[in-house]
Amino acid sequence: MPRFVWRPRALVQLTLLRFREFVREPEALFWGVVFPILLSAGLGVAFRNQPAETVRVAGVSPAVVSALRQDPLLIVEDVGADRARELLRAGKVALVAEPGGDRNVVYLFDDTNPEARTARMLADRALQRAGGRVDPVATSDTLTRDVGARYIDFLVPGLVGMGIMGNSIWGLGFAIVDARRRKLMKRIVATPMPRHHYLLSFLLWRVLLLGFEVAIPVAFGVLVFGVPLRGSLLQLAMLCLLGSFSFSALGLLIASRAKTIEAVSGIMNLVMVPMWILSGVFFSSQRFPDAVQPVIRALPLTALIDALRANMLQGAGIGQLLPQVAAMGVCLVVGFSLALWLFRWR
Amino acid sequence: MPVSAPATPLVVRGLKKRYKDVVAVDGLDFDVRPGECFGLLGPNGAGKTTTIEICEGLTAPDEGVVEVLGLRWESDAAAIRERLGIQLQDTQLSDKITVLETVQLFRSFFREGTTPAEVIGLVQLEDKQHARVGALSGGQKQRLALACALIGNPDLLFLDEPTTGLDPQARRQVWDLVEAFKRRGRTIVLTTHYMDEAERLCERVAIVDHGKVIARGTPRELVASIGVEHVLEFAAGPNVDLAAIGRLAGVQDVRASDTLVALQVTALHQAVPALLEELERQRAPLTELRTHSATLEDVFVTLTGRHLRDA
Repeated sequence: MPRFVWRPRALVQLTLLRFREFVREPEALFWGVVFPILLSAGLGVAFRNQPAETVRVAGVSPAVVSALRQDPLLIVEDVGADRARELLRAGKVALVAEPGGDRNVVYLFDDTNPEARTARMLADRALQRAGGRVDPVATSDTLTRDVGARYIDFLVPGLVGMGIMGNSIWGLGFAIVDARRRKLMKRIVATPMPRHHYLLSFLLWRVLLLGFEVAIPVAFGVLVFGVPLRGSLLQLAMLCLLGSFSFSALGLLIASRAKTIEAVSGIMNLVMVPMWILSGVFFSSQRFPDAVQPVIRALPLTALIDALRANMLQGAGIGQLLPQVAAMGVCLVVGFSLALWLFRWR
Repeated sequence: MPVSAPATPLVVRGLKKRYKDVVAVDGLDFDVRPGECFGLLGPNGAGKTTTIEICEGLTAPDEGVVEVLGLRWESDAAAIRERLGIQLQDTQLSDKITVLETVQLFRSFFREGTTPAEVIGLVQLEDKQHARVGALSGGQKQRLALACALIGNPDLLFLDEPTTGLDPQARRQVWDLVEAFKRRGRTIVLTTHYMDEAERLCERVAIVDHGKVIARGTPRELVASIGVEHVLEFAAGPNVDLAAIGRLAGVQDVRASDTLVALQVTALHQAVPALLEELERQRAPLTELRTHSATLEDVFVTLTGRHLRDA
């Protein structure tokens, strides 16, 4: 093993090289900085909390229509029988209530449509009450729309974790394989520069970029959607740094032998796609069967996202997140050691 | 113990390297003297690049000894690298950064060296110093690669096929640079499959084929060694009696290719009239006739029966 040689000027220049290659590549800038903002804005708008939804229904006789209108959640169309069926077929109303024989009412609706089933319950309640039904139990509602329990609160830490994984693995994987393919790596290791400086420059670059890729989506979530930041910001930064380093180690491992961009892309997908699906970026990983939960919890992305959510939403300290920290630490140490052992410098 | 005086910039003894079932280098020996330009001349696949990369410390040999500037790779790699200038075959530098940024990057790798501005001036890229590497022509990229090789102010410069793929003007610019470096008393090892390049730049040449040195010496000595001064090539249709021509005065050897017949001759003033007379007698229509002084290419043809380019 060569002894550790410190050449700060080379490290600065190599990190500058990373920076220049990044900012002069418009695509990298878009995917690394602009895209996470667009994604959280888009998802935030799509899943914003809305007032309780109203349902459109059609009533076919004046008595039915006036009874239905007693319920504020029902928007009632007062139309003839033929027109009512037309509206139902076109999906403009979820249910048609028309008089049968005697004092009966017939509901027409699709029972596989949840909205139609809701309409059936609301319409029936309104008609029964208008007919004189009295509810035997008195009830009242307390609404729980807490900050920190909304979908956007769940989503922002997931997107931050996904961004850290993607940028670390793509950033290292492509840059290393590209340098190897161009024989630039071979040329650089033929100089007296200590080899570990080359790898160190990637880690340094990740730290610098981490500020952007975490700060921007978090600030966006906090300012636009009021996502809470209940934990220590310093610990949040440390968790992000640990996550970034463990994914950089994975990126290094993925790129340690690949000679072509195609080969490295394939391995990256193999590593990242399962984590996108299993690690609970967009929905809770608890939905997967209990049998696979230990595997899911061992994935570094699950560890990172769980830790970020616990910090931001519940204000948990690192002391409560030791399993997650350990999972990322193992990934970092094992990944980095394996990568150094396998790494092909030409 | 050094196998020779430390003043010898490069000593190679019994070098062997095998890749799976291919023997790339099969027992190479050579010495490079201070201040000379030493050429490894041979066809593609002869083992030149493997040899030079072993000397550069990029590939480990299976057998043999390499001593660079009196030092060994196993024990003194860091010290050797500080004193080497290296240009590899087809390295693509990063397209996104400028000429100046590239040279600054390489300067930072060396403890000592010249200034980026000086090296950029030397390779005549001042006008392009703020241009991105991706926007340079092939010749400019090659001069930039030379600038990166020279930035550490090396004692020994390795050039692997420095002009392959360049147009004639760009080749001449690279040659001028190599000669300028040589004038400053530095030592150069270059590989090439262009005989004109070796003849122009190299004090001494080792001709390499199938991983072995098959001839070595100054270009002049090598050309003289085949005992032929001139090569006479002609085309005279398909029905020429080559045996009769081989018996003409001053003709040493006859080789026929698809269209041309090449004669190696010692006395041009005897051979040309004799050839014309013989073709007249055979009633063969002469359509082409040319002569040139024997070159390293002819040395290679004489030794291997093949041409450098298509070997």
